[in-house]
Amino acid sequence: MSRIDVRKTYKLYIGGQFPRSESGRSYVVNDAKGRLLANAAQASRKDARDAVVAARAAFGGWSGRTAYNRAQVVYRIAEVLEGRRDQFEAELRASEGITPAKARSYVDAAIDRLVWYAGWADKITQVVGNANPVAGPYFNLSTPEPSGVIAVVAPRGPLLGLVSVVAPLIITGNTVVVIASEQHPLTAITLGEVMATSDLPGGVVNVLTGSVAEIAPWLASHMDVNGIDLTGVEDAQLAADLEAASADNLKRVRRPAPGTDWLAEPGLDRMTRFLETKTVWHPIGV
Amino acid sequence: MSNVFEYAPAPESRAIVDIKPSYGLFIDGEFVDGGGTAFKTVNPATEEVLAEVAEASDADVDAAVRAARRAYTRVWSRMSGAERAKYLYRIARIIQERGRELAVLESIDNGKPIKESRDVDVPIVAAHFFYYAGWADKLKYSGYGDTPLGVAGQVIPWNFPLLMLAWKIAPALACGNTVVLKPAETTPLTALLFAEICQQADLPPGVVNIVTGAGDTGRAIVSHPDVDKVAFTGSTEVGKAIARAVAGTDKKVTLELGGKAANIVFDDAPLDQAVEGIVNGIFFNQGHVCCAGSRLLVQESVADEVMTRLKRRMATLRVGDPLDKNTDVGAINSAEQLAKIRELSEIGEAEGAERWSAPCELPSNGYWFAPTVFTGVSQAHRIAREEIFGPVLSVLTFRTPSEAVEKANNTPFGLSAGVWTDKGSRILSMANRLRAGVVWANTFNKFDPTSPFGGYKESGYGREGGRHGLEAYLKTDENGGTA
Repeated sequence: MSRIDVRKTYKLYIGGQFPRSESGRSYVVNDAKGRLLANAAQASRKDARDAVVAARAAFGGWSGRTAYNRAQVVYRIAEVLEGRRDQFEAELRASEGITPAKARSYVDAAIDRLVWYAGWADKITQVVGNANPVAGPYFNLSTPEPSGVIAVVAPRGPLLGLVSVVAPLIITGNTVVVIASEQHPLTAITLGEVMATSDLPGGVVNVLTGSVAEIAPWLASHMDVNGIDLTGVEDAQLAADLEAASADNLKRVRRPAPGTDWLAEPGLDRMTRFLETKTVWHPIGV
Repeated sequence: MSNVFEYAPAPESRAIVDIKPSYGLFIDGEFVDGGGTAFKTVNPATEEVLAEVAEASDADVDAAVRAARRAYTRVWSRMSGAERAKYLYRIARIIQERGRELAVLESIDNGKPIKESRDVDVPIVAAHFFYYAGWADKLKYSGYGDTPLGVAGQVIPWNFPLLMLAWKIAPALACGNTVVLKPAETTPLTALLFAEICQQADLPPGVVNIVTGAGDTGRAIVSHPDVDKVAFTGSTEVGKAIARAVAGTDKKVTLELGGKAANIVFDDAPLDQAVEGIVNGIFFNQGHVCCAGSRLLVQESVADEVMTRLKRRMATLRVGDPLDKNTDVGAINSAEQLAKIRELSEIGEAEGAERWSAPCELPSNGYWFAPTVFTGVSQAHRIAREEIFGPVLSVLTFRTPSEAVEKANNTPFGLSAGVWTDKGSRILSMANRLRAGVVWANTFNKFDPTSPFGGYKESGYGREGGRHGLEAYLKTDENGGTA
């Protein structure tokens, strides 16, 4: 008699824990051929708010760590992902119906992207910050600081797309609430397992699965969210509404990016969009 | 002063290191015999011979440069920055994994206290590789372009053997160069262990070559016609000889040389913290530090108070076994260096300065020098002008900030300086007027991979560390010339 396998329950990833949706809801996730893969948790407004609370609670500690330490942690995520690459390749093939070679290339790129961003932790300040030679006896220095809690609507790429939007935010010290791709949410939760075992403090990245149209407006109008990245919003009207809602507390907004080539090397924009510039003056004199 | 608190010995075990009876050269990914006369490296704390080390002849240096050139042309310069980065990250991780072993070996070969090699040298070494690994695929953002120079010839000193190796190799490799590096003849062992780490990381053969030897080997590297870049840390005298040797060539050069740093204490400084900073400034690493705060400039109104507190603090320094976890000051690195420190100290007395040494029992074997301070020093005294490179502090006084600046800058060196005051505006005005590459305010001897380090004037040129440290290893003008 063949062995019956034990299937995984996919839940949310909030504050370092894996809770079910408080709403008790789930939705069916199918593979590329329309067969059932699993039920995913369908997050509610309350789950989104809990995730913001967790992200806010984590912000002080995470942004207060040295850049060197954040680099070590993000590099560690890459190391752990490399060790679990077979699982991710299998998940990508199942959910997207892609070839083994393509799945491998996405996992490769996701790992390399984490490594690329890890190196930015202690360099972004040196590239976008500088001393300002003001016309007076003052020391004047501008440095970037993270904006705070950032909400993200992830693009469809279940692994590479997700890593490409989350890594640039956390490496600079922001904390994140990310809504996973509605069509391919399962890999996001598996990535949550990687993050949970990579020295990343709970709450730095929080993953919600469910309906973008249902959850995103609550995040866009949330007064304790400092920025919103609409990369994965595919409905132009919804994106415009979310941007308008974000104006209530002047969230920093990154508009949708249809047609992004996720395999290409990113520039600095995903980091700098969610950085504040702080300028310090100090008199010079005896 | 009697010891209120007696400490039981707390020796770090040396079982973690495996020192071989003899070592060869590391060329093209393998250990090979040297053509010169093998020399011995000793434990300066006991005078015990640790190992016999090969001396690289001119032919060996040539073989190393050829291996580096091959690796540069065929592998390293063709590899993407992202892939080079992965090798450097691997090296950083292995250094972290083998950190204790490296620290113990460094203390045995160099004489520095284990708490410094363990808590300062090795962690910064790993961080340095980690930092420059991240630059390898980001050079286009550096402002210096992304074109490597080729083969780098690097010669490093004995005071921070592994740390100086990291400062040289990490940025060179990140920028796409290959290297031939010579560690100092008295401290070759951690560099040879690093060669093993390169093997563990599967670094392509020839990217890093380690050749051991003394001055002749160094000269052969620096003057080799196929070396594109010369990086040297050591004495100003040798630095000048290198500058002369490369004159008229296309070699790019960076020099990190001697210093005679002023550590300036104003009357409003928090004195206990300042005293800690003075002690750290001159007795860290037995004073074998090019940026050591070897000239204390103290404001006249607090001079007596500072000296009283300083002597009290110096009397508590624990001098002795470098492997003891409670040791503050270890062994002088060599008999030669000890003789130089003794000679300059005797000159200090002969020229009329007043000498005081901390009361401490020095071990009977090995090379030792008690922490020492000279007061009544004038600017004309040799101990105020020459680098002693040992645990010897010269104290001068001043009345006004301008006088402090005048005295601080009255030296051919310009590597570092310290300022102690509660007043921020004064820190910044002093920093503006001091002719030194690094100014520490209310702290001293701080190092970080992200922070550029290097000197003004005869302390050398070029910077190591930080974004600025990339410039030394990238082609930044049409002929890749000096400075």
